[in-house]
Amino acid sequence: MFLDSHTHMVSRTTDDYERMASAGVVACIEPAFWLGQPRTNVGSYIDYLSLICGFERFRAGQFGLRHYCTVGLNPKEANNEELAEAVLEILPRYALKEGVVAIGELGYDEQTALEDKYFRAQLELAKELALPVMIHTPHRDKRQGTLRSMAVALEHKLDPSFVVIDHNNEETVREVLDRGFWAAFSIYPFTKMGNERMVEIVRAYGAERIFCDSACDWGVSDPLAVPKTAELMRRGGISEDAIEKVTYLNPLAAYGKSGQIKEDDWLNPPPIDQRTLYMGNSVLRGGQTPKVGAAARADSAALGDLKIV
Amino acid sequence: MTSPKRTPQELLGSWVVARSSAAAADWFLGQIERLKSSPSEKDIYLALGYATRKLGKSDLELKAEERAAAAAARPYWDPSDWSVDQAARIVFVLAGQTRDAKAFKTRLETLFNTADVWELIAFYRGLPLYPNAAEHVARAREGTRSAMQPIFEAVAHRNPFPMEQFDENAWNHMVLKALFIGSKLAPILGLDERANPRLMRMLCDYAHERWAAQRPVSPELWRCVGPHADAAALEDLGRVLATGEKLERQAAALALAATRNPEAERRLRAVPDLEDAVRAGTIRWIDIARG
Repeated sequence: MFLDSHTHMVSRTTDDYERMASAGVVACIEPAFWLGQPRTNVGSYIDYLSLICGFERFRAGQFGLRHYCTVGLNPKEANNEELAEAVLEILPRYALKEGVVAIGELGYDEQTALEDKYFRAQLELAKELALPVMIHTPHRDKRQGTLRSMAVALEHKLDPSFVVIDHNNEETVREVLDRGFWAAFSIYPFTKMGNERMVEIVRAYGAERIFCDSACDWGVSDPLAVPKTAELMRRGGISEDAIEKVTYLNPLAAYGKSGQIKEDDWLNPPPIDQRTLYMGNSVLRGGQTPKVGAAARADSAALGDLKIV
Repeated sequence: MTSPKRTPQELLGSWVVARSSAAAADWFLGQIERLKSSPSEKDIYLALGYATRKLGKSDLELKAEERAAAAAARPYWDPSDWSVDQAARIVFVLAGQTRDAKAFKTRLETLFNTADVWELIAFYRGLPLYPNAAEHVARAREGTRSAMQPIFEAVAHRNPFPMEQFDENAWNHMVLKALFIGSKLAPILGLDERANPRLMRMLCDYAHERWAAQRPVSPELWRCVGPHADAAALEDLGRVLATGEKLERQAAALALAATRNPEAERRLRAVPDLEDAVRAGTIRWIDIARG
């Protein structure tokens, strides 16, 4: 079983859901982010948050994946002050929705004053509601941005075990682990991590507080990144225990602190889930059977090219 | 001595309390008091948000006398498949109602617009309990347009609201959509009472579309065709009797029995085994719905 803790499924097709399910991905987390272009008003933010707490959650269930999300104002759009103020006002309506496992993605993009202001405000909201935080580390000036994100989180007295630092690389991992935060790695071609590098990270740092995700979205990315990385780790001689931690148990422990994601959700769902959210078939129009229950382990031949560089 | 009749709100509250731990029940009752006084928006969102966390999502599993009390408190109300958190959420929505109908409506719309899937199911199931029913028709129709089957069913199934409030066009599209998305017709309240000639025509046309595509036709479809079947519909029923699977033929026989015209009777008499079963009551729509 795999848990992909960073997926933008609103940009993915039903084929992706089918491939993920048959590769053993049992659950995915959809962090609120921008959409590739900026929103112009709070109304479109409301509809987006409703979509990821609503239809997308339902859609995933039809393919045997449980779907969770994070809600938050991302650092790119924090730079539109009018929008940012309005989003901060409506965010408390969404923070306690079913399946919201964290406030995120938060953090910095260009490390502007507005980004800093709304990052801090949302850290306070997460603290008030005892929710984990998902931090997006910037693409540019990554190391400094990562260090600053952690320093601000500590300044606001967040417990590092409630904070996931995502999109790490070789240059950031040591300091993240040393400070007690979770270190997530997005296996995303060209701009983030490749999965052969990920194998070496696990070999060097072990599996404690480390996990990987696909960050699959509207760009060139791979929704099978987690199962593929697991297979590469296996071939690279990483222990089964470590693989399970990096691809399943660790993200479950980190986001499980919200109380909104637990193994029972997919292994032993409550009857009302089975009748509605998890077993319906309206996406699979007449005649198709919902695929529920996932393979214990991906068939590596079906994964295609394993390497993501 | 009989106890005074209780309101749906009181019944829901008592069911939640009876199924909760002492601490959870205290939290629940405390929230109701707070929402009754002068709730802020935040109070409402927190109460609704914490409902599943504090009370869980178990089925209510109402006892027979509780179901009877529901129907006595509000005619045709059937909360038999509600869960604890859904009951609590509707109590919260109703507890916050003010004398100002417009304010209630405005707040309810905001709740709908920012709801997650579970909340949507609860809020739509609550439709028959909201004041000023006619004010909520547009919202209910929005629910029947949902791409999420459980949302559609929260309006369409075991809910007296559409039967009481939908105009003919809304009703007909709800029934057709149920078939279209593979949802059952049997749990729709008022199915027989609200059958009408336009719906009959829409359904027969839909059956022809399905036949042309060599796709199966739900035998339940014929239930809303029978009472208003015209000559063309009787031809369709004849075709089903001649070529259908077992359940389809049973459905066609039931539909013909509901048509009450000489041609329908003639067609039914031509299949004596089915005619006998229909007359004896051994073929029922509820069994056909079960498949």
